[in-house]
Amino acid sequence: MMGRSGGPMRGHGPPGSRLGVREKATDFRGTMGKLFRYMGRYKWLVLLVFIFAAASTTANIIGPKILGNATTTLVNGVIAKVSGTGEIDFVQIGEILLEVLIIYIVSAAFGFIQGWIMANISTNVAYRLRRDISEKINHLRLKYYDETTQGEVLSRITNDVDTINQTLSQSLTQIITSVVTVVGIVIMMLSINWMMTLIALAMLPLTLLLIGVIIGRSQKYFKQQQDYLGHVNGHVEEMYGGHIVVKAFSGEEKSVEKFKGINNQWYQGSWKANFFSGLMIPITFFISNLGYVIVTIFGAYLAIQNVITIGDIQAFIQYIRSFTQPLSQLANVSNVLQQTAAAAERVFKFLEEKEEVLEVSNPIKLKQVKGLVEFRNVNFGYNPDKIVIQNFSAVARPGQKVAIVGPTGAGKTTLVKLLMRFYELNSGVILVDGYDTREMTREDLRKMFGMVLQDTWLYNDSIMNNIRFSNQEASDEDVQAAARIANVDHFVKTLPDGYNMILNEEITNISQGQMQLLTIARAVLADPPILILDEATSSVDTHTEILIQNAMDALMQNRTSFVIAHRLSTIRNADLILAIRDGEIVEQGTHKELLTRNGYYAELYNSQFEILNST
Amino acid sequence: MKVRMIKYSKPYLIMIGISIVLLFGQANFNLTLPDYLAKIVNVGIQQKGIENAVPEAIRGVEMNHTLLFLTPENQTDVLNAYTFVQNGTAEADNYLKKYPALLNQSIYVLTDSDSNTITHLNPIMARGLLTVTFVELLMSNATLFMQVNSTLYYQLNISLPSGDLFEFLAGQPLAVAFINALVNSRFSSLGEAFIIQAAIQVVRIEYEKLGINVDQMQLNYMFFYGGLMLLLTFLAMACTIGVGYLSAKIATGMSRDMRKDIFEKVENFSSTEFDTFSTASLITRSTNDITQVQMAIMMVIRLVFYAPILGVGGIIHALELAPSMWWILAMAVGILLSLILVVFYIALPKFKSIQKLVDRINLVARESLAGLMVVRAFNKQEFEEHRFDEANIDLTKVSLFINRVMVIMMPVMMMLMNVLVIIIIWVGSHGVADATLQVGDMIAFMQYAIQVTFAFLMLSLMFIILPRALVSLNRVAEVLKVDIMIQDPTNPRHFDEPFKGEIEFRNVSFRYSGAPENALNEISFTAQAGKFTALIGPTGSGKSTLVNLIPRLYEVTSGAILIDGVDVREVNQQELHNKIGYVPQNSVLFSGTIASNLLFANENASIDDLESSIETAQATEFVNSKPEGMSTEIAQGGKNVSGGQKQRLSIARALVQKAPINILDDSFSNLDFKTDIALRKALRKSISASTVLIVTQRVSTIIEADQIIVLDEGKIVGKGNHTELMEDCAIYRDIAISQLNLEESL
Repeated sequence: MMGRSGGPMRGHGPPGSRLGVREKATDFRGTMGKLFRYMGRYKWLVLLVFIFAAASTTANIIGPKILGNATTTLVNGVIAKVSGTGEIDFVQIGEILLEVLIIYIVSAAFGFIQGWIMANISTNVAYRLRRDISEKINHLRLKYYDETTQGEVLSRITNDVDTINQTLSQSLTQIITSVVTVVGIVIMMLSINWMMTLIALAMLPLTLLLIGVIIGRSQKYFKQQQDYLGHVNGHVEEMYGGHIVVKAFSGEEKSVEKFKGINNQWYQGSWKANFFSGLMIPITFFISNLGYVIVTIFGAYLAIQNVITIGDIQAFIQYIRSFTQPLSQLANVSNVLQQTAAAAERVFKFLEEKEEVLEVSNPIKLKQVKGLVEFRNVNFGYNPDKIVIQNFSAVARPGQKVAIVGPTGAGKTTLVKLLMRFYELNSGVILVDGYDTREMTREDLRKMFGMVLQDTWLYNDSIMNNIRFSNQEASDEDVQAAARIANVDHFVKTLPDGYNMILNEEITNISQGQMQLLTIARAVLADPPILILDEATSSVDTHTEILIQNAMDALMQNRTSFVIAHRLSTIRNADLILAIRDGEIVEQGTHKELLTRNGYYAELYNSQFEILNST
Repeated sequence: MKVRMIKYSKPYLIMIGISIVLLFGQANFNLTLPDYLAKIVNVGIQQKGIENAVPEAIRGVEMNHTLLFLTPENQTDVLNAYTFVQNGTAEADNYLKKYPALLNQSIYVLTDSDSNTITHLNPIMARGLLTVTFVELLMSNATLFMQVNSTLYYQLNISLPSGDLFEFLAGQPLAVAFINALVNSRFSSLGEAFIIQAAIQVVRIEYEKLGINVDQMQLNYMFFYGGLMLLLTFLAMACTIGVGYLSAKIATGMSRDMRKDIFEKVENFSSTEFDTFSTASLITRSTNDITQVQMAIMMVIRLVFYAPILGVGGIIHALELAPSMWWILAMAVGILLSLILVVFYIALPKFKSIQKLVDRINLVARESLAGLMVVRAFNKQEFEEHRFDEANIDLTKVSLFINRVMVIMMPVMMMLMNVLVIIIIWVGSHGVADATLQVGDMIAFMQYAIQVTFAFLMLSLMFIILPRALVSLNRVAEVLKVDIMIQDPTNPRHFDEPFKGEIEFRNVSFRYSGAPENALNEISFTAQAGKFTALIGPTGSGKSTLVNLIPRLYEVTSGAILIDGVDVREVNQQELHNKIGYVPQNSVLFSGTIASNLLFANENASIDDLESSIETAQATEFVNSKPEGMSTEIAQGGKNVSGGQKQRLSIARALVQKAPINILDDSFSNLDFKTDIALRKALRKSISASTVLIVTQRVSTIIEADQIIVLDEGKIVGKGNHTELMEDCAIYRDIAISQLNLEESL
């Protein structure tokens, strides 16, 4: 009766989401199979649910026929009374009603148990799916994320899992109950009178035909509406996002004119879509009414012939009234299942994505890391057909500083990603203290490195916990000590709750520079033998920049460091400079060596200071 | 907000009116069906299609017999309602076809079928006819005859003769009274309704004697009402479809109008208003919120208007049929409402909290995704999984609860309906026994009860949908009712020709709305026409804010900005904007092509203009590298070009305008050093005649500026050229040293 209401998560779906644009899974059978295997441990429970659902529905369907007997008894009593031959038999009526009441109670109990179990199953499956996705997130190769947006992954967790959850909790049993209802009603009707049944069922093809036509029609308009709405929303997003530009170039009128056009187009598609999808209700209602009228007329006709009783008519009316709803539900089943399969397919596809390369079986464990890093004949490309690092070899001795320089977007972080084994090399090796990093577990390898990137990452929790992220065992004192080294202790203490201040969801309650200092403190706390640093650029003011620089200098003491460098002093003091262009390492050497070579690095260096030199 | 809805519904008032009329039709047609069903069961089946005990025609003999047992007044009333038709007359020919018996005998035809008359005559005729039947029975049943006769003789000393009793009784008023009393005592226990029903059987026999095909008559009756029901069904559907059509048109139309207004409004917003709402929120308000409102309008028309009509109508119809069963309806509605209230009370807070939990799980997942590298670098995968699991468990708990509530609701509702039906049958049967109700009425009452509860169920659904829509509506209304801060003057001034492009800041202070402190304080300087002025200073010093004031993206809080001596507030924004080529800090491109983006600045620019702008902006190489050149598609938000390319196209766009004033807000940050220099050189050539304002963080960019303004914390702390500032501006020197490492390179 409540139909299929949108779940709590379905916030933004188009009107009548389930009726909306049809989605199709590429492999329906396979996906559904996977879904049922995923639910494997519940298979007996699901079977039980099906049995209970069927039992509940059956009991519900038997009710009206027996109730009809009560009415018939009443009518016979009346006839007897009128002709003076008897009285209304209230004992019998009472017995019948009691019997029906018990049947209904049983039905409700079965329905209740069935629903309860199914709610548990579906919620649990949703929970497991989300958990598996979250675990998967951390084990996928980073390469996957080069090709997938965050939004897509998030949509797996919320929308897709929610669709599956809904189908399991509502649609699945709905399919069972609908089938049982339809079949059961036909049987019950046949048991009363076959002629009436035939007449009543004559509407069946009509119903299906009409519903089919409407779904088809509204499908078309829904797609149109969806497209137009996409245009409308796209234009809104674009114009609002670029509002300053629109203003500055006096584009408001043009923009509004364009908007009016697409808004009107949307209107034309939308009212039709809504109208046609809205037709479902009156038409099913009409068919239900039609059945009711037909049953009444023919029932009455047959009652005159004494073929059936008034109680039978009453039962028929009740049956016909509850016939159309499961029918229209069944008509929509393929749609619902397709949507579910499409959602499940996306989820499973994500869960089956390639993970990071398996760890070696007998990993090397370094007891004491000195910090000797060597690249030996390294070849790497994000795509196999586009090699960006070619036969690269370099050595960073313990405690040395390696500066990585190059213009923004040149791919300076590629080296970082390789060092930490976020990506696997195409060929060659990277060694730490002489050992192939692939012979170590990723965990051990990454433990050796501390990383401070420019796009800082903090999460919605207290500052204390954000610093402690790198070392869960650290005490509050350790955290504060690290913060002092990172030059951020003073700043944190000026905040409203000090170390307990919660960073808000968008991390807007502290500044960019302060975020950077916190991530430095995090690296300090981890105390790694090798460092990867990204120097601050223009988004930080001068004072903070100095603080950050000092903090980084402190951190680099006695550690092998890879620095994505912007500052001249860093570059000049580096033991090794790697000059990067378009992801490729073009030159390597010390500052002096590279200047005398007068190649790419020299050009880069001079361009920065060209004007200064000319003054 | 209410006012807004009224305003938007105005163009649709007629449609809304028609919808309501149609809804009344829909409800009424649907609710009349059970009435007719009751008629078919009560009259069509049980009374063989005969509505009452007043026959529409009666044989003269039968009429005379009946009149025998009526009081004189009743006799008059009956005879007044009937007309005597003598067989063989012209009048009789008219009736002959209907009553074939008229051929041989005269009949009485009911000519006054006014419902009052019928109601009055119904019990009279019923008794009369039944008494006649009784006398006929006496004549044919010897045992009964003996029995009655002996009582009669014993009491009144009258003895019935054998033969035609009616002739005898005509002259024996006492015997008539005796028989009347006898019949009355026999039927008194049955009650009025049963007497009439019994008499109807007599009427049927009388009709047969008149030569009427009674079976056909019964069928006709049923097909007549069946046909009416069919007609009503069609009408009801037509109404519903009409409502569907209108509601779709109204809802989408209103949301179209609203969306147009909000878009137009927002397009005229200044940056101040954008800041107060945030761009993301404005987008949601213009898209999702409007959709929500649209859905709600449709629901309101289709259900909220309909439910009360159906509910009240159902109650009225039900009570007309069986007023004694009112308490069943009251109980059903009461239980239903309290059930819904309980569910709301329990589930609504959970419903609200679930959205938060979903947001939370989204946030954690988003954080995990954003911090992929960091999480792995610190080996904190398990930590993240644990964090996610916590959010997941919280969500699962609440969603399990809600799932359970939803799942329990269904059997409970079914149970309620079923028990309702059982109670109606039980109570109804007693009503039938007491003759206060007929069987058909009881069946119809069941239908009404279900419809009434259904109506209340629909109404309660509104409590879920409407609050959500109201929130959306409020959010839309908030935008619509904003007073836009920056507007064109009523009597705009114009810039003098020839336009020079001198910009003067005169004691300008600016404060962001809601901020505790000024972002800019007492700023005064002049950017000379045709000169190059640079703005530098640490983050948050107010550089961008300052330049945004010139094209009036924000309004000065105090002081004035004058261009060629005219206050920017005194000219139309369009005229002002036409004078300024502006490159924003965040390069924004629109979907379309490279050319369409450049033409955005000036629709009439020639291909040569575009090409030369592209060349100056150092984008030629990049544009030419695309197979489609300037016709290359730009995706929404310029996603398919890199940051540096976007920046260069954004500069090219400003150049297309060939404006006498050019403002570049930190526009080189994404360019590599080489491009930066080349671009600056080219710019110097192409816009040397114009007034140029450049905001930057790079000292190297502005060493050659005619004038450098150094800002710190919203104040000017230095003004002059590079050499001067190196001498006497500490902040400038700091910035320069930290960037250029001056001591080392000199």
